[in-house]
Amino acid sequence: MTHWIILPVILPAILAPFIVLAARYHIGIQRVFSIAGVLALIVVAAGLAWQASDGTITLYQLGDWAAPFGIVLVADRLSTMMVLLTSVLGLFVLLYAIGSGWDDRGRHFHALFQFQLMGIMGAFLTGDLFNLFVFFEVLLIASYGLMIHAGGNVRLRAGVQYVLFNLLGSTLFLFALGAIYAETGTLNMADLAGRVSLISEDASVGIRIASVMLLMVFAIKAAVVPLHFWLPSSYAEAPAPVAALFAIMTKVGAYAIIRVYTLVFGPDVAVTEGLHGLWLLPAALVSLAIGMVGVLAARKLDRLVAFSVIGSMGMVMVAISMFTADSIAAALYYMVHSTLAAAALFLISDMVRAGRLNLNLTAMPIISGAALTSALFFAAAIAMTGLPPLSGFIGKLLILDAALDTPLATWIWVIILCSSLISIVGFARAGSTLFWKAKSVPIPEDRLIEPAPAVLSYVAVSGLLALLVAHTVLAGPIYAYTQATSAQLFAPAPYLEKVLETPGKLSKPKEGQ
Amino acid sequence: MELLVASAIGILTAAGLYLVMRLRTFPVIMGISLLTYAVNVFLFASGRLTVGAPPILTDATTYADPLPQALVLTAIVISFGMTAVVVMIALGAYLGADDDSVNDPVDPADTKAGDAS
Repeated sequence: MTHWIILPVILPAILAPFIVLAARYHIGIQRVFSIAGVLALIVVAAGLAWQASDGTITLYQLGDWAAPFGIVLVADRLSTMMVLLTSVLGLFVLLYAIGSGWDDRGRHFHALFQFQLMGIMGAFLTGDLFNLFVFFEVLLIASYGLMIHAGGNVRLRAGVQYVLFNLLGSTLFLFALGAIYAETGTLNMADLAGRVSLISEDASVGIRIASVMLLMVFAIKAAVVPLHFWLPSSYAEAPAPVAALFAIMTKVGAYAIIRVYTLVFGPDVAVTEGLHGLWLLPAALVSLAIGMVGVLAARKLDRLVAFSVIGSMGMVMVAISMFTADSIAAALYYMVHSTLAAAALFLISDMVRAGRLNLNLTAMPIISGAALTSALFFAAAIAMTGLPPLSGFIGKLLILDAALDTPLATWIWVIILCSSLISIVGFARAGSTLFWKAKSVPIPEDRLIEPAPAVLSYVAVSGLLALLVAHTVLAGPIYAYTQATSAQLFAPAPYLEKVLETPGKLSKPKEGQ
Repeated sequence: MELLVASAIGILTAAGLYLVMRLRTFPVIMGISLLTYAVNVFLFASGRLTVGAPPILTDATTYADPLPQALVLTAIVISFGMTAVVVMIALGAYLGADDDSVNDPVDPADTKAGDAS
């Protein structure tokens, strides 16, 4: 049995305590180990993705216990793709945190960062619902620490809101898990898939409630309206590198919805039929609209970016909730794009903040390094609003194309196109106020000249934008890959067979009696 | 016994939700603690309620399901840790701002008022 699958979880799990215990007073050593750890993660993740790219599903049984009894980690196309995306995003976010000095403004940034990566990786890799809950908690508790990194009253208040909302979400998650266990007697996803389809229609009250509660939990994570209220404050008040890393956290919710609602409560399971189309799709459309209207209405740059995250999550959820092979493939393509674009925008808004009193969208004296920063903002805004030539446009086109055959096609087209227009206006207004009007404001004589952002910060943001360009140029192969991923999700038989038939301890309990 | 356990869970949940909606940190944290108690009992009950049965599969017809008990242990540990974290953060926020309301302050001069959507 190959042990590589668990390495993305183990590596940060070992590195984080090491950083806390051995290097807590040496920011330089922390930086070196953190970067080295993330680089190693990228190598491992790339290896796993390469291994899974031909459709192989790799299984890791923890403690060698067979599937329904022990916890399993499963590496298929979808999970390795998300692991790779997380590790690459982690590298650029880390570079920015080091370049801008954010990691030195409070304690234990690097240790918490590694714990956060551990939780995210585990959530992507696990094949067990309760284990998914545990990894959610790991990533959440690390994110609580990161959220209030560097302190400050406003940030602490936002942190309290964030923690409380997520505690409520975790409680709901446990209620859902309890209900699922009571109905089926298992929490292993592959095992659940078999048992849920056996539940007869007239005894399905419990499992229906459980699946709706589970969907609500993941919708909280993915910030789908009306469960999005935690996001704007938390993301806007969090330190910029942390907010950029949080760009992947909303995708954890989307990933969980894709995983659970293709595998366990699949489209052909009678008891939960209509859940996505009837409830999730309208909610996703509303969150797309509200997110983009929020972009237009926001009066601060960081809020604007936070609302654009809600909007782009809405777009992802629209694509997911159509639940066809094409739409999931489009959703995956757009998900990668929106993670990178949102992270870049958060980092850019921090560059703007460094040169100004605050992030209010009013004209203020020009910031230092404005030429390069505004160019980066221009590119990232084009990506986020989905204008050609960047990958947002292609992603949106794929989603629109996938929506053609669905009954709500008109609504989807109208809302996606109108909200895109609104967000373009919002971003254009913000950019012109921040960078163009600034030239007409006289610089006060007593103003201290802030130094321009460090080179490393620019490297990090340009790296994210370069990835977006690569995502655009290589759109053909990447879309083919996401299509293969989606095909693998809609044909779960090899997954089920791999998880349930692989021998391990206790694999045939009946024979022992 | 089912009625007793079910109503206990229901009352705990209702009280917890009421307290969470008070929007002051102390009642909210109390409310979340009540909710986690409720969910712990709920998880415990998800393996069916049995009295005096062994927690292993035997030839006897009744047994206590051991898995929910393991799940509850995990859930208790996690919720305990989370509550400790939220108490510390809330205390920090309260001592810093001298205000323990959970909502954003409504201040027309502040740009946050525009984000109430």
